[in-house]
Amino acid sequence: MKHAATLNVNGMAYPVELEGDATLLDAIREDIGLTGTKTGCDDCECGACMVMIDGRPVNSCTYLALQAQGSEITTVEGLADGDELSAIQSAFLDQGGVQCGYCTPGMLVSAHALLRHNPDPSEEEIRLALSGNLCRCTGYAKIAEAVMAAAKATA
Amino acid sequence: MGDVAFHTATTVDEALSLVGDGSDAKVVAGGSDLIVQARGGRDLPANVVAIHRIEALRGIDASGDLTLGALASHADITASAAIRSTWTALADASAIVGSHATRNVGTIGGNVMNASPAMETGAPLLVLDARVTLRSAAGGDRTVPIDELWTGPGRTSAQPGELLIDVVVPSLPAHSGSAYVRLEYRRAMEIAIVGASACVTLDGDVVTSAAVALTAVGPTLLRSPSAAAAVIGTTGDAAALAAVAAGASADASPISDLRANEDYRRAMIGVIAKRAVDVAIRRARGEEFPIPATPVFMEGSAR
Repeated sequence: MKHAATLNVNGMAYPVELEGDATLLDAIREDIGLTGTKTGCDDCECGACMVMIDGRPVNSCTYLALQAQGSEITTVEGLADGDELSAIQSAFLDQGGVQCGYCTPGMLVSAHALLRHNPDPSEEEIRLALSGNLCRCTGYAKIAEAVMAAAKATA
Repeated sequence: MGDVAFHTATTVDEALSLVGDGSDAKVVAGGSDLIVQARGGRDLPANVVAIHRIEALRGIDASGDLTLGALASHADITASAAIRSTWTALADASAIVGSHATRNVGTIGGNVMNASPAMETGAPLLVLDARVTLRSAAGGDRTVPIDELWTGPGRTSAQPGELLIDVVVPSLPAHSGSAYVRLEYRRAMEIAIVGASACVTLDGDVVTSAAVALTAVGPTLLRSPSAAAAVIGTTGDAAALAAVAAGASADASPISDLRANEDYRRAMIGVIAKRAVDVAIRRARGEEFPIPATPVFMEGSAR
């Protein structure tokens, strides 16, 4: 049974028709067509699917899409301002915080949420905030440095 | 992916009528347990009632006893100054559930009704003598002590049509302290290998009452009467803590699974129970101890 719904993603309202058990991850990638959000473990372990719901990071692979109606969803595509990269995106590029890139959208979303909540985090706070995001290349040092650099850049 | 009906209830009465209509509806709050279980091969229920928009279930009231609305999230619990200072074991537990993302969606109600014997908040709720309010359209409210709620792995004594409304945790006498400690292989997205919670009350230096409960060493969360008895009447010295460890290991009935075998769990539950009792006593004495107690203990302590 399909349910008609509207999902608000990155400031746009998308009318969609969703199965009751569709995940938010599938709705974003398959129905809306924003493929920046990645399918990793698809089991709430790796954080590749991280999005923000009303400003708070959530694993979209284990969130029912229909529960997100009425909320503001932000994906990695929503972090930039038009063609202008956000501070955290620029810092990941400048500091080499990207290796294969698969975890990067989730890392960016978690880091973005952290900096909005805590503009001047310690390295320990950064590592804790990113602890739900796994990097299979194990490039954590540069990722943490990128978040520190972004915090400095926006201070 | 199958044919799933989905309703969002915005009031408790609406939710009760949706779960009480005999259609075998399943309540979903944050959804993380439900969807992970579906991935594990269990079917999603054919009829889902989402309760996450019911504002009346969201609050935390710490003005007397602590009342946690069913939708209080682990993030909310971790951030509550009252819970951190008074019902500290619960803050220790909620602070280490999953990751930030899990704590934003995971709720106390979902945790309690999912009835996993490995849930972090379960042992704290036992030692703090929590009770829950279950409501049904036909039967009104009934109060169930947390000991009587969990009947097996994933099973509760809640009846079809009943909805968890809140979890109530009594206030504590002066000079009380509590803690929750788990054994973990990694810092995030972890589930207890074993865990233990303790709540103690002191008269001067001596423990006059104590409760100890154990995580992931039985079909439900377990109380450990032997561990509690071992510390009552003592100052929590090394001999008493060794007796706590022996008591916890004796009371445990662990199984072997993917994450640890039975012997390892039985050995480690003693160590973890001893640490939980030690931290609870320190807190009861007014000593500052970091929240969560778990990672600090594992990394920094010489004990």
